[in-house]
Amino acid sequence: MTDRDTLAQLVDTVRRYVRERLVPLEAEVAETDRIPEQVRREMAEMGLFGMSIPETYGGLGLDMQAEVEIVRELGWASPAFRSLIGTNNGLGSQGLLIDGSEEQKREWLPRIASGELIASFCLTEPEAGSDAASLKTRAVRDGEDYVLNGTKRFITNAPTAGVFTVMARTDPNNKGAGGISAFIVDARTPGISLGRPNVKMGQKGAHICDVIFEDARVPARNIIGGREGQGFKTAMKVLDRGRLHISALCCGTAERLIHESVTFALERRQFGQPIGEFQLIQAMLADSRTEAFAALAMVRETARRFDAGEKIATDAACCKYFASEMVGRVADRAVQIHGGSGYIADYPVERFYRDVRIFRLYEGTSQIQQIVIGRAMLREARGG
Amino acid sequence: MKVIVAVKRVVDYNVKIRVKADKTGVELSNVKMSMNPFDEIGVEEAVRLKEAGVASEVVAVSIGPAQAQETIRTALAMGADRGILIKTDEEVQPLAVAKLLKAVVEAEAPQIVILGKQAIDDDSNQTGQMLAALLGWAQGTFASKVALGDGKATVTREVDGGLQTVELKLPAVVTTDLRLNEPRYASLPNIMKAKKKPIDEKTPADLGVDIAPRLKTLKVEEPPKRQAGRKVASVEELVQALKNEAGVI
Ligand SMILES: Cc1cc2nc3c(=O)[nH]c(=O)nc-3n(C[C@H](O)[C@H](O)[C@H](O)COP(=O)(O)OP(=O)(O)OC[C@H]3O[C@@H](n4cnc5c(N)ncnc54)[C@H](O)[C@@H]3O)c2cc1C
Ligand SMILES: Cc1cc2nc3c(=O)[nH]c(=O)nc-3n(C[C@H](O)[C@H](O)[C@H](O)COP(=O)(O)OP(=O)(O)OC[C@H]3O[C@@H](n4cnc5c(N)ncnc54)[C@H](O)[C@@H]3O)c2cc1C
Repeated sequence: MTDRDTLAQLVDTVRRYVRERLVPLEAEVAETDRIPEQVRREMAEMGLFGMSIPETYGGLGLDMQAEVEIVRELGWASPAFRSLIGTNNGLGSQGLLIDGSEEQKREWLPRIASGELIASFCLTEPEAGSDAASLKTRAVRDGEDYVLNGTKRFITNAPTAGVFTVMARTDPNNKGAGGISAFIVDARTPGISLGRPNVKMGQKGAHICDVIFEDARVPARNIIGGREGQGFKTAMKVLDRGRLHISALCCGTAERLIHESVTFALERRQFGQPIGEFQLIQAMLADSRTEAFAALAMVRETARRFDAGEKIATDAACCKYFASEMVGRVADRAVQIHGGSGYIADYPVERFYRDVRIFRLYEGTSQIQQIVIGRAMLREARGG
Repeated sequence: MKVIVAVKRVVDYNVKIRVKADKTGVELSNVKMSMNPFDEIGVEEAVRLKEAGVASEVVAVSIGPAQAQETIRTALAMGADRGILIKTDEEVQPLAVAKLLKAVVEAEAPQIVILGKQAIDDDSNQTGQMLAALLGWAQGTFASKVALGDGKATVTREVDGGLQTVELKLPAVVTTDLRLNEPRYASLPNIMKAKKKPIDEKTPADLGVDIAPRLKTLKVEEPPKRQAGRKVASVEELVQALKNEAGVI
């Protein structure tokens, strides 16, 4: 476990960087839809691309408890900044880390940890979103290679990715999860092309696009885990950590929204006094504070149990479900407390309100989290 | 060439300072503490000298309670090689700090000692000057530029009238001003590595220094509340007000 003093120093450094350096850049990033190259370099130098990757492969090797504390700090600034380092720490590297061979790890992880390569995760397809196990992208064995064909949709960081983790069906006779394999794919592979970046509701500066595979040849040794049919299991294992990461982010962003709300409520005067003096405003602030605190407590507790090696899949789903819905409500109240100003782009809450909407959608929609939780409850009640 | 940087643990610059109810000082319990910003600039300068191949070793020295170790760790994470903590829970005034640093300097024999021009807690602006006097070394205070040459340092100083450039014979004492550099954020890998760098712990008694305060604080008070501004109708009225009310012209 990351010792307490060191963790405090890590958190403190990231906090300062986020508040002194990133927050002042938020408006510019939103307007230009671009994170300055200099910031990418700084984040790489700080080690933020490799938080979750072990030290042996050039990362920081933070445990989950440390990761959630740092991600919470990142949540104070526009979530677009976090998105830049998100996939390298999460979906883009964890599959390799959990199920990859030693050789695969050595080949890819150091460059992912350093930020030299951006790693993206290709699961979603035009016709396979929540029902990811129905994906259609095919991988057909041909000599020493697999040949990939299919389209992946809404892939975070794909426009700048150097490497993709791709979920593809290797067994056409198995239409379910068992027919899927995961591949580590060099983005320069001939036959890969990118769609135009989608125009999103929020998080300007973070980009997603389609990734299209047309007879893209991937060496057979790039199959993660060394054999076919393991891919979907790998993807699901990756999700536990990813859900906690997103939940921690929601906590940090909620805290920023609350900070903006309290600051505004103290400054804005109506009816001869600061609006913060009105109990109806205080009620909104109190609800936001309480919910954000509850989410943080859930995230920390689940991270602790994750580090202790306990099974936390259901609780991670509870965290993601609650934290993402929570930050949506907190953002809505923040806009409300700002009155008409909350609807105006000069105030950060207008932007955050749009930015946080995605958290209820990706890495499993809220409905999917509910299904995961509900099914687990029935399974447990039936005794296994 | 060895460089010593002095780093002080002070109330974080973002904290709103509160005076203790009994007026004996400012409230320090449950207050965020961090490295004096001018000392950060000092560490940055020393680390840059090392990166440029001019300095061979950077030693960060702090005087204060056990927690001052965290401040040294920050310096180590920024790139200093090792630390020295002179541990004391007593109040240490600038003269005592200068004497303690002198003892460290005599043991370590650096070519240059870098300090902040002042610490943001009591803003004394004395330690660097006192240290130079005690050592009988040259000093370049309020530095906005430092260039090291053969046995000498060229220091550009921020003085009231503009910039003054002085040439100092080494060894010398330099105190930093705001524009000297922009300190880096320690990288997370370096924070982890700093755990393994050595910090030597000493006491004032080990160094044979008497740190008893020479000054006595009688009372600490909040500055008076600022009066609201006022609009004047004409230049004449402004001049009159400045002359008769404010007494500034
Ligand atoms: C900004 C952004 C970034 C993304 N990044 C990535 C990425 O990097 N990699 C990647 O692979 N994917 C990524 N995605 C895709 C994302 O994971 C999917 O959008 C998400 O899983 C939802 O799938 P869908 O959009 O197809 O919606 P659908 O699955 O079509 O869902 C539509 C609605 O139906 C509901 N629904 C679906 N099934 C059920 C059910 N059984 N019961 C009840 N309700 C149901 C859903 O909850 C939702 O409300 C990203 C998406 C966005 C917008
Ligand atoms: C897109 C847009 C179009 C608009 N168009 C027009 C227009 O055409 N003409 C026009 O005149 N105005 C217009 N407005 C202004 C709009 O009517 C005001 O923004 C609205 O009345 C709220 O006032 P405010 O923004 O000053 O917020 P405030 O009054 O400052 O309210 C801030 C917060 O404090 C709360 N609050 C205030 N007083 C109390 C209290 N006593 N007790 C409890 N809570 C309280 C509010 O509910 C809110 O949550 C427009 C605003 C927008 C954003």
